[in-house]
Amino acid sequence: MAIENQFDYVKVKNLDEVFGVFQHYKNPVILSGGTDVVEFLKSGTLQPDVVIDIKGLDFLKDIRLGNNILWIGAGVTFNELIESEIINEHFPIIAEMSKTVASVGIRNRATMVGNICSAVPCTDSGPILSVYKASVITVGMLGERKIPIEQWFVSSRKTALAKHEIVKGISIQLPDKKHAGCFTKLKRYNGEDLAQVNLAILAFEDYSFRISFGSVAPTPVRAMRIERLINRMKLVPELMEKAQQLVEDDIAPITDIRATKEYRMHMAKIMLERGLNAALNRLNSGGPAYGKSVI
Amino acid sequence: MKKEISFLLNGERRMIDVSSSEILLEVLRDRLGLNSPKCGCDRGDCGTCSVMINGKTVRSCLILAIEVEDQEVVTLEGIMHNGLTPLQESFLKHNSFQCGFCAPGVILSTTELLAKNPHSNKEEIQEAIAGNLCRCTGYSPIIDAVIDLVK
Repeated sequence: MAIENQFDYVKVKNLDEVFGVFQHYKNPVILSGGTDVVEFLKSGTLQPDVVIDIKGLDFLKDIRLGNNILWIGAGVTFNELIESEIINEHFPIIAEMSKTVASVGIRNRATMVGNICSAVPCTDSGPILSVYKASVITVGMLGERKIPIEQWFVSSRKTALAKHEIVKGISIQLPDKKHAGCFTKLKRYNGEDLAQVNLAILAFEDYSFRISFGSVAPTPVRAMRIERLINRMKLVPELMEKAQQLVEDDIAPITDIRATKEYRMHMAKIMLERGLNAALNRLNSGGPAYGKSVI
Repeated sequence: MKKEISFLLNGERRMIDVSSSEILLEVLRDRLGLNSPKCGCDRGDCGTCSVMINGKTVRSCLILAIEVEDQEVVTLEGIMHNGLTPLQESFLKHNSFQCGFCAPGVILSTTELLAKNPHSNKEEIQEAIAGNLCRCTGYSPIIDAVIDLVK
């Protein structure tokens, strides 16, 4: 399918050039990996007058950890996350999540920042960034903004990014308490697929938890009711059952081509139990290896 | 917008006028005569349009031709300058393909895998070709051929 709409293309060499282009066009679109953008150009969902390619901005390609703050630049691809020592050592559930995103050929190109800029309800990055309480760092002509992730996702495909702003990267504070996590993604088959339900869990040594579901509402959902119920409690079967019951209050799945809302709801409960158990076992140095599916 | 871009294609420097809205897959097939990348799903799911950019497999249906300026693009044609590769020989031996539509993509994906990790296990091989859909073989003979080569 050809792209009907005509647009200019600029490969920028620095941020000033980006802002310069913003001045001259009405409807700019930022292009990095393009695995969503080019599809949106083909379908006509995006009809820009200029496409700004930021792949030449090398300073956006950093993954670094300093003062216990992780920085993931806007140009970092999912495969670079999977291969990063920093990620595998300190943030293994980011690698666990990244391995479930589409296929190798997409992950060679697609970026985590692009994923949260597209902000589709089934974003795999969303629940992970939500449990880490990540911040999105944007930059515009008036300077930088640090946007907490819970304010970033506004609704399906809508973010807090302002016009004439671009995302520089994502920052994540490494939790100071000992912790482990689990990312689990329900798909129609092994191999590449979008999520029917996805779920990120962090379990801390004091038995507090952060839990976030994806694909079951327009944006990722922190399961605050469940967290309040189980924080600092021993997860006996009766409590687990109550937590599973609360899933119905915390999420609002719909029926679409990938699953019915009933199936999503049912499986979200099962994923919660298995995810919590895996995270707790990993916390105690057991459990399945990171990257091994628990569903 | 039109622009003359220059890039390395299968080891040769090529110059071509492209419009900013032209897709790499269309330019490779329709204008540069390379028929190994094919149009299947046209949305990055099926893997049959795979090519390599700077040594990594990508979906040429999701890339603007203008993006490859100054980059190195390799298609299946480019990896067999010296005849069939050992991997292709193994695919032949195992009768891995039937219609062959997915073959260029599968060969590039597994070539990338073995370049990175020559001793890949079955799980890694399956993951490497998870984005290459084959509707003929059920994948077994494809996986067998790679395992045969790495063992």
